[in-house]
Amino acid sequence: MGFLLETLFGGLMVGMLYSLIALGFVLIYKASGVFNFAQGAMVLFAALAMARFYEWLPKLLGFDNMLLANVLAFAGAVLVMIGIAWLIERLVLRHLVNQEHITLLMATLGITYFLEGFGQTLFGSDIYKIDVGMPKDPILAFERLFEGGVLINKEDLYAAVIAAVLVALLALFFQKTATGRALRAVADDHQAAQSIGIPLGRIWIIVWAVAGFVALVAGVIWGSKLGVQFSLSLVALKALPVVILGGLTSVPGAIIGGLIIGVGEKLSEIYIGPKLGGGIEIWFAYVLALLFLLVRPQGLFGEKIIDRV
Amino acid sequence: MSRNTGEVILEVANISLAFGGVKALTDISFDVREHEIRAIIGPNGAGKSSMLNCINGVYQPQQGTIALRGKTFKHMNSRQVAEMGVARTFQSLALFKGMSVVDNIMTGRNLKMKCNLFQQALRWGPAQREEERQREFVEHIIDFLEIQPYRKTPVGKMPYGLQKRVDLGRALAMEPQVLLLDEPMAGMNVEEKQDMCRFVLDINDEFGTTVVLIEHDMGVVMDISDRVVVLDYGKKIGDGTPDEVRSNPDVISAYLGTSH
Repeated sequence: MGFLLETLFGGLMVGMLYSLIALGFVLIYKASGVFNFAQGAMVLFAALAMARFYEWLPKLLGFDNMLLANVLAFAGAVLVMIGIAWLIERLVLRHLVNQEHITLLMATLGITYFLEGFGQTLFGSDIYKIDVGMPKDPILAFERLFEGGVLINKEDLYAAVIAAVLVALLALFFQKTATGRALRAVADDHQAAQSIGIPLGRIWIIVWAVAGFVALVAGVIWGSKLGVQFSLSLVALKALPVVILGGLTSVPGAIIGGLIIGVGEKLSEIYIGPKLGGGIEIWFAYVLALLFLLVRPQGLFGEKIIDRV
Repeated sequence: MSRNTGEVILEVANISLAFGGVKALTDISFDVREHEIRAIIGPNGAGKSSMLNCINGVYQPQQGTIALRGKTFKHMNSRQVAEMGVARTFQSLALFKGMSVVDNIMTGRNLKMKCNLFQQALRWGPAQREEERQREFVEHIIDFLEIQPYRKTPVGKMPYGLQKRVDLGRALAMEPQVLLLDEPMAGMNVEEKQDMCRFVLDINDEFGTTVVLIEHDMGVVMDISDRVVVLDYGKKIGDGTPDEVRSNPDVISAYLGTSH
């Protein structure tokens, strides 16, 4: 029983991190109806900026304080992501108003390669580390209930809490503010949104900046676990099944989807894995997503696609 | 029909618009007076919607000028035109389908909202009051258009005729000086058409809004408009009161064909 719980917790926490990346996809999809291929590249870019600023800033400004360096590096990385959002609107999106979604998708593919290449040119292509001082030691819980208790990784726990707070804030922003309403309006119809005076450009900058911020948080958390390197951009691929499961248009969907995938992965690896020879963790999520596509293509919480014929 | 209409509010002068080699509009001029209901009619493909899209800033005409209250606007996009007080509805519905009726119409109040993002996010005092004030206005529009029972319904799930009303409501929420209606009665049955006519007349009467409308239904056009512009193949072939237009030989031949 203790072991099952341990697996479950482990799965939930990894799931929360998947959710965090999936959230970036959902944000941009909600506000521009485009699947942002560049989300993974943004995670990498943001993490690289954070890791390198952390090295550069103390030298440049001549101080030696880890907390201050982390705070400044984070702030710097936020500014960089806002700048990226502004550039993307200026140079790409502005010229593609009212174009087909496939055109926008191709544009995000272009942005992906640009960010990956430019990020490494700017910040270097070695493996860097991010250390925001998250405690690595595990905690033992429920010792009284089970023999041996349940081992929980503290770092994972913190990360999960941060992710949860971020998600709650974003859900509130989308549902309860006038700007959130304008974002949803833009997602539905560019032309109509413009005709009632919603400034498309500003809305897009806001969305991409928020998605950039989410990418940064995901990048910092994943980066401090795995190290900052090119493969970080591939973590985004793990978020694809999550958005399919949860629905591309739903913030809560991204969370629930992430949790299901995280838990499912771990449980299947441990309970079905031995029978099939292991390695299930790698493909389980994709098979689950495939099944979902057959049964419920809009995902758990996505908007049902209604077409008037 | 002799009603009191005011000064010229919208002046369209020598507009020409071409898409590549296709001339959509050629040298169109007309004016719209304040508080007037002005119809643009013509057979399919006559350039009516193109004309409306020029006024709305969707298309940039190659030649000619459009002036609102004497202020010429050139190279303006829809958003800037919206800021000048021109609202529109769409021929093929362009509503925000996933959002409720209230939210759809609330988006029309976007330009009236002054609080910034952070104030909204924190539900800061002024932001909260602002939201409530705007909401009150929206409820007023919902009552006016008689769609109270659908307040919270996602627009995509409503019957077509009612979606048209929401489209109108969203435009009304902007408190426009000029309201552009692109075939507000297309695809409606007689009863729905009568309702829509009533709304248009009431809007014009109560709020004093100037209305420019495109419509295919001749009966409707002749009943409710003060003056009518007739387009055919991108050219203006008639302009005047419904009676004048009706007896104009060019208009008759455009609609019925000529015997040579």
